Amino acid sequence: MQNEDYLNRVFNIIQTRSKSFLDLGVIDEEGNHLAYVGPHYSILKKVNYKDEKWFQEVMVTGVYVSDVFLGFRKIPHFIIAVMVREKNQSWVLRATIDSDIIDNIVRAAWIGKKGDAMIINRENVLQTTPRFGGKVMEPPKAPDFAAATGTMVEAMDFRGETIIYATSIIKLKKWILVISEAPTEQLTPLLQARFLAALIGLGGVVLIIIGTYVTTRAMMKELQRMDRKQAASDEMAIQSSKMAALGKMAAGIAHEINNPLAVIGEKAGWMKDLLAMEDVAKSEHFQELLDAVHKIEFHVVRAKTVTHRLLGFARRMEPVEERVNINEILDESIDFLENDARYRNIDIQTNYAPDLPLTTTDQAQLQQVFLNIITNAIDAIDKDGEIVINTRSIKQNNRISIEISDTGPGIPKEALPKIFDPFFTTKEVGKGTGLGLSIAYSIIEKLGGRIMVASEEVIGTTFTIYLPPK
Amino acid sequence: MEKFKMLVVDDEPDFLETIIKRLKARKIEVAGVDSGYKALEFLDKHDVDVIVLDVKMPGMDGIETLRAIKKKKARVEVIMLTGHASVESGIQGIQLGAFDYVMKPVALDELLEKVRQAYDRKMIQADKA
Repeated sequence: MQNEDYLNRVFNIIQTRSKSFLDLGVIDEEGNHLAYVGPHYSILKKVNYKDEKWFQEVMVTGVYVSDVFLGFRKIPHFIIAVMVREKNQSWVLRATIDSDIIDNIVRAAWIGKKGDAMIINRENVLQTTPRFGGKVMEPPKAPDFAAATGTMVEAMDFRGETIIYATSIIKLKKWILVISEAPTEQLTPLLQARFLAALIGLGGVVLIIIGTYVTTRAMMKELQRMDRKQAASDEMAIQSSKMAALGKMAAGIAHEINNPLAVIGEKAGWMKDLLAMEDVAKSEHFQELLDAVHKIEFHVVRAKTVTHRLLGFARRMEPVEERVNINEILDESIDFLENDARYRNIDIQTNYAPDLPLTTTDQAQLQQVFLNIITNAIDAIDKDGEIVINTRSIKQNNRISIEISDTGPGIPKEALPKIFDPFFTTKEVGKGTGLGLSIAYSIIEKLGGRIMVASEEVIGTTFTIYLPPK
Repeated sequence: MEKFKMLVVDDEPDFLETIIKRLKARKIEVAGVDSGYKALEFLDKHDVDVIVLDVKMPGMDGIETLRAIKKKKARVEVIMLTGHASVESGIQGIQLGAFDYVMKPVALDELLEKVRQAYDRKMIQADKA
């Protein structure tokens, strides 16, 4: 080993394995360099280590690892010295190692963006270059862990930041490995995972809640819609069957009344015939009798009007089919009623769709409907008001709509469901038969249309008729 | 005195009796029977121009009677008299050859006007034949 050539070969072999070996030296018991391989041959060859602390220690303990120091070389390094006892002689093999190798190892523990790792000695002096906390050979910018006795992990507040520190004793040299991590940083993936899990969970819950809410709402809406539809169709079915039953009844009543009415009429006519004969004319009460007979005939006619309207209502005749222009029928209907309306200072305004398609329907029956509704509107307004009649062609559902609005007092809510019932009237006794709207209803139904009413008290009433163009 | 001969068919005796009296008071040659059978019997024995026929009668009803009358004497004009919701039967009657239909109760003068029109048609068709 004292042979420098041999040592050189050994050094070269070692250097091929690791460039961190800076030099090798063989020193005798007296501290003199027997052989040296390395860049500082001229300086170190003559150095005597006898009084060096490390030399004394290696001579006692057999192995010595120094702290990192700059030494003569001015680069951080440390030495490992091993004493070998051979026969009666002791040798010390000393190797200088660039502390970069440790730095590199420790650097691997720099985790994330804020994590740090360093090695300190028992004097709290850095042995490696930390990432943030100071320079090698100086105290680290970290709590003092020099007194650490073993492995520990602790969260500590340091300079206003909570940082997790882990320490571990490196046994051979009693160095202390300190690893620090910002919890926000190091735990981020964990926190992120936890957060993500929580987010997914929460998202799931929110999704379920929203989904449930939306589905429930949609279902409720659908149910309500179906309910309303059902109610509407029930109502229509009820109305329809009510009309049919009432129609039959009305027809029966009309028949039963018409026959006796015919007899009464004929008897009254016969009495009138008799009164026209000369001898009776001389009677004291001739005029009284004649008046009475006239009254009987007048009221037979009045009763007849009712029964004939009843029959008209009950009529199940097939409507006559004609190609008609609804705007023209409306105009004709208005013509009938215009004088009455003008007399009462009611303005009838029309707003017709010029492109209203012709429809095949029963003109006379349709006119009856319009007359009934407009007459009602005039009666409702009584004096001073406005009736607006609109016609429109609704392309979406292929319908013709006729809207008749008045500025009358409106229909009371409780009366609204009954207005299409036969004999329902709000007019004075003797003025309305209560058949107008029920006739309108049954006619429109027969023509394949629909009639609807919207009314608001004080504001007015609107009847809307939908007819299919054919 | 009107030129035409009339027959009134109605099951309601009060009505029948009174209308006959009134028509006779107007110097119209008229007879009354209270059923479809009797009307057909009457037709066999008498000459009639216009028949006023009630639609709703027990036994043989107005429509049936009308068919039988038209079969027997196609030239006889018939005016249907309906008292109940049988506008259909009135129309059916017209399709079967009745001249017109009238709803009860009807003023006598109105009815007579229809009868005269019916008689005129009968005359025109007789001329054509």
